[in-house]
Amino acid sequence: MEILYILIAISLGMALVGLVSFLWANASGQFKDMRGPAEKMLYEDKDTRP
Amino acid sequence: MSRSKEQSVTYDDRIAAYFLAATLIWGVVGMLAGVYAALELAFWPANGGLSFLTFGRLRPIHTDAMIFAFAGNAFFSGLYYTLQRLCKTRMWSDGFSRVHFWGWQFIIAAVAITFALGITQGKEYAEMEWPIDILIALIWVVMTINVFATIAIRKVKHLYVSIWFFVASILTIAMLHIVNALVIPVSFWKSYPIYAGVQDALVQWWYGHNAVGFLLTTPFLGLMYYFVPKAVGKPVYSYRLSILHFWSLIFLYIWAGPHHLLYTALPEWAQSLGTVFSLMLIAPSWGGMINGLLTMRQAWNRVREEPILKFFVLALTFYGMATLEGPLMSIKTVNLFTHYTDWTIAHVHGGALGWLGGFIFAMAYYMVPKLWGKPLYSKSMANNHFWVATIGILLYISSMYAAGITQSLMWMATNEDGLLKYPQFLETVLALKPLYWTRLIGGTLFLFGTLMCVYNLYRTARSGQLKDEAVSVQNERHVEPRTLHEKMEGHAVALSVAALIAVVIGGVIEFVPTFLMEINVPTVTAVKPYTPLELQGRDLYVREGCYNCHSQEVRTYQKEELRYGPASQAYEFIYDHPFQWGSKRTGPDLHRQGGKYPDLWHYKHMMDPRSTSPGSIMPSYGWLYDSKVNTGDLAPKLNAMKTLGVPYDEATMQNPVAAYEAQAQKIKDNLAKDGVNVATDDEIVAMIAYLQKLGTDYQKPKAEASR
Repeated sequence: MEILYILIAISLGMALVGLVSFLWANASGQFKDMRGPAEKMLYEDKDTRP
Repeated sequence: MSRSKEQSVTYDDRIAAYFLAATLIWGVVGMLAGVYAALELAFWPANGGLSFLTFGRLRPIHTDAMIFAFAGNAFFSGLYYTLQRLCKTRMWSDGFSRVHFWGWQFIIAAVAITFALGITQGKEYAEMEWPIDILIALIWVVMTINVFATIAIRKVKHLYVSIWFFVASILTIAMLHIVNALVIPVSFWKSYPIYAGVQDALVQWWYGHNAVGFLLTTPFLGLMYYFVPKAVGKPVYSYRLSILHFWSLIFLYIWAGPHHLLYTALPEWAQSLGTVFSLMLIAPSWGGMINGLLTMRQAWNRVREEPILKFFVLALTFYGMATLEGPLMSIKTVNLFTHYTDWTIAHVHGGALGWLGGFIFAMAYYMVPKLWGKPLYSKSMANNHFWVATIGILLYISSMYAAGITQSLMWMATNEDGLLKYPQFLETVLALKPLYWTRLIGGTLFLFGTLMCVYNLYRTARSGQLKDEAVSVQNERHVEPRTLHEKMEGHAVALSVAALIAVVIGGVIEFVPTFLMEINVPTVTAVKPYTPLELQGRDLYVREGCYNCHSQEVRTYQKEELRYGPASQAYEFIYDHPFQWGSKRTGPDLHRQGGKYPDLWHYKHMMDPRSTSPGSIMPSYGWLYDSKVNTGDLAPKLNAMKTLGVPYDEATMQNPVAAYEAQAQKIKDNLAKDGVNVATDDEIVAMIAYLQKLGTDYQKPKAEASR
């Protein structure tokens, strides 16, 4: 059942990628604002179509 | 925040529209295939004696069409529509978007055609042969680069939660697809997976479960966090909860795969791991569902009139139900009852019709009026669609729950002597027939609703004009490329992502096969490799998709052993490339089939199943009696197997055709005694040889070194 160890290693590797991206996102301030992004996505930008 | 500059951006809305049109067209095709397959279970002659219409070939067309064509195209449509708006920039490359679109439609067409012809790897939701697998990987890389580059040139600082869901889905699917698709090609349209038996089963369900998770769940949760607040006109109930939802979901999802393999030959601890993580998944799933529903509550009064909101409520409700039911089905005692039965079918259709169907219809009703700049052609027709679809789903799932419960109770029922109350498997099939008809009605209603939706949206689009939206946006970031150097920098992110993906693919392809070659080497002498004749028979078994209705795994459960024979052992499958355990028993398990009936029985049964089993709903396989086995491909097939560590002896390797002929001659003589004449290269002879081999190595002396 060696495949188990490969799959677990790959899964852990992917979890690690997730963890690193979480730490990066947190450090770069992605989660500082917990209201702004939710509100902003609702704003409609000014239509510039002729 | 210093200088932020006003600039005009034109979104590429055509690509979103193309993918949406593809979603609906393939959706109708896939649902039609599903309805037809359902008809065949209720009324078997519906296949018309045509090989490409039999259930075993039609079912993979249906499932893969719904997953990759209906849900896949819908995800891409929503992805292109929302990503540009959330990043406030046009896609990085229109060319990449177009390659993605046409490449993906080509893949879908190729999948449908090859499956109909019986070209398949025989692994659920990953049946496509290796050339298509490679094409999928290439197109996926094109999309990934485009998406990452678009995120890199975005004009907003914060990545909205949806983008997190998209990125995780895209990367995870790439990894799953590559690991599960590793094969040794025999020819352009035939290959053997590098994994065997239990290992293959584990890789397959690691893939299978996460394909469900990362293609049918996370992308649509990302879209949900965009479209639900937009449709409601209010922000998501809790943005904090949505972030928590995302991170907890992706860390838990990947571990739940083994719950598809409970009570099998998989090690106990791996089974428990799957169960525990599946149960933990309830928390993030319900967090997400509640977040969505509470967002909707801010516009509860509008649900009565607004079909978009109705479909979102339907979708979220079914998401909640399916994500509670799934973990419960992962508990061993519950799984013992539900697995291999129609309960599973009810569960997936709650998810597929309720969650995905509901969501995709809501998204389509939202997007088409926006894209074509005209209000929906008929709101009342959309509301009627909602009711038709909902009634269809309810009929479908209630009949399948009833079928699953009936089936399982009948399988397990014993009389006062401790013997099976329904020893004939066929009795348990015939009891379900009325429920199969009910399911057909439910599915047809749902398809009818979809046609209403397509017509409504077509009329809407025809009254308007497809036009790319152009808006004036603020650039919040200072990466606006001004000099050549800065331009290169923007591309550098895309390039490094592409490089990373290339490295990962290369690494996996290089290391994993060599490693696995070593561990595939068997240690059990009692188990004999498939002879050339049996191997050809096995390939026919795969070609006809027998695994869609028959399992080959007797679970470690007393009443199951009573019905079929000794529970399957891990060592019995070491030469099974691919494994053929199946996931559903429309017919009986076949793992202890070898030697159970004489050759003549199989000969008659495959010709007309009703001649040996009155009332059977299995198709007649008449073409196996006319078509000839191509013994010319034996050498490459055996070579591939040998590479995978299957210990064929020198004599067989030198002259596989002689070995083939010798064994076939025995079956021919055996049948001749009963007055039946066959040629040694008739396909039916190979099929009989394979069926007679199934599970027979168990009776030989006990394995000295069971792995």
